[in-house]
Amino acid sequence: MALLEVKNLHVKYGNVEALHGIDIEVNEGEIVTILGANGAGKSTTLMTLSGIIKPSEGEILLEGKPLHRLPAHKVVRERITQSPEGRRVFGTLTVRENLNLGAFTAKDPKQTETNRKWIYELFPRLQERRQQLAGTLSGGEQQMLAIGRALMSNPRILLLDEPSLGLAPILVKTIFDTIRQINETGVTVILVEQNARVALKLAHRGYVMEVGRIVMQDFASALLSNPEVINAYLGGKD
Amino acid sequence: MEQFFQQLTNGLAVGGIYALIALGYTMVYGVLKLINFAHGDLFTIGSYLGLTLLTSMALTDKLGPFFGILLLAVMVMILVGIVGILLDQVAYRPLRESPRLSAVVSALGASIFFQNTIMLIYGASFHVYPQNILPRMVVNVFGLHIPMIRILVLLASVVMMLALYTFIQKTTIGTAIRAAAEDQGAAKLMGIDVNGVIMIVFFIGPALGGAAGLMVGLYYGQVNFTMGWIYGLKAFTAAILGGIGNIPGAMVGGILLGVIEALGAAYISIAWKDAIAFLVLILILIVRPTGLLGERVAEKI
Repeated sequence: MALLEVKNLHVKYGNVEALHGIDIEVNEGEIVTILGANGAGKSTTLMTLSGIIKPSEGEILLEGKPLHRLPAHKVVRERITQSPEGRRVFGTLTVRENLNLGAFTAKDPKQTETNRKWIYELFPRLQERRQQLAGTLSGGEQQMLAIGRALMSNPRILLLDEPSLGLAPILVKTIFDTIRQINETGVTVILVEQNARVALKLAHRGYVMEVGRIVMQDFASALLSNPEVINAYLGGKD
Repeated sequence: MEQFFQQLTNGLAVGGIYALIALGYTMVYGVLKLINFAHGDLFTIGSYLGLTLLTSMALTDKLGPFFGILLLAVMVMILVGIVGILLDQVAYRPLRESPRLSAVVSALGASIFFQNTIMLIYGASFHVYPQNILPRMVVNVFGLHIPMIRILVLLASVVMMLALYTFIQKTTIGTAIRAAAEDQGAAKLMGIDVNGVIMIVFFIGPALGGAAGLMVGLYYGQVNFTMGWIYGLKAFTAAILGGIGNIPGAMVGGILLGVIEALGAAYISIAWKDAIAFLVLILILIVRPTGLLGERVAEKI
């Protein structure tokens, strides 16, 4: 059985339907990427997985158990954590306080300290700036903090929404290398990205969304060489 | 000089009371972006509950003045805190997703409801706190004769403010409250139960307001069902003065307003007391619209 199953998921904003019944399967240990243009419904999908948005129809199953009825703060207790689009770090709190809140649901203080050490190894800048207010960090540092904060809860499934948005190419590489490292420790990753090429190089499998529907799904390597994908998302011929 | 210091200490005590009430406004505003217009009436409920418990249970006779008042304060704070939670559940929670104006109208309605309920239970006349609860001591501080009750009021408000500040700054729940005030969605993604946070805020704010009500009863000796209106307005002014949503701001704003008001009343005219307080508000809003401590951090875009 897949770790996470999304079945016929519909989401409505008022009277407008944003997701028209999507199906996604994620296996343990995978990196799965969701590609698509602006407004395709990628962030809506992640927010629904996190329980912030409630589906109007369909279900989300974690190891067969329904997840879509849980309020957002209980989804985190199932060890599914999101680093949201636009980072949304708490600007008036210090870096350290932001990380502490990431571990809000954690029960084992020892595990939390191990996680903190690991995050400081992944992102040494965060350790240097741990007493600084998060609002004073640069965009790249805030992205590191957003990912680090999500990791503090010791997640099984990490949802990443546009981690490369607004970052310099060199930083994008650092962030993506780190995502690979995180995945190698056994964390399943669902990655939403506009930067399709980097995402497909990192991911095992990918889904392509268009206006609230999944229009394609395949292994990442197959999508990378798929002419339609190349035309629409990889900027034409290589 | 004697008059100046008398007015200064008086202003500090009144300012401490304003600050305690202002904290309730600012904390609720922080998490819900709502001005809880019924907060002044929670303050009144605190003063009346204090009066009832004081006379019916004779706590000060059994436990002595200090422990009696302490136990009384704890009971008043818990009860008013519970009223605060009920207020949120009944008047505000059903309107969470509605436009903000609906909640403001609901707040005004709750205020009228509380005021009239108090009037129906206790009547419209002034009520007098029993005298001689606290020994009528006057303390000599550096040659200055200050009534004991003034020192106690000031001390109690400072202790409560320090406790709140430590709670908000140092504990995980306090950090969660600050996070929810900044970005509720992101707080939920951290696994924070935002409704739980709102409930805590609606307990602490009214509890502090209720304690302030009790203090006013003890300090001035009389209470009335409409007094929440002017105290609420002054404390709201103090919260704006310090920067609404900012907890240390409410403390500073409250103390400052109390002192300015007391000195203004003494040296300009007592008739102008309220006008001076609101004039300060107007000046601050012109010079620093975000309040004295508002907008501590420039948000990075």
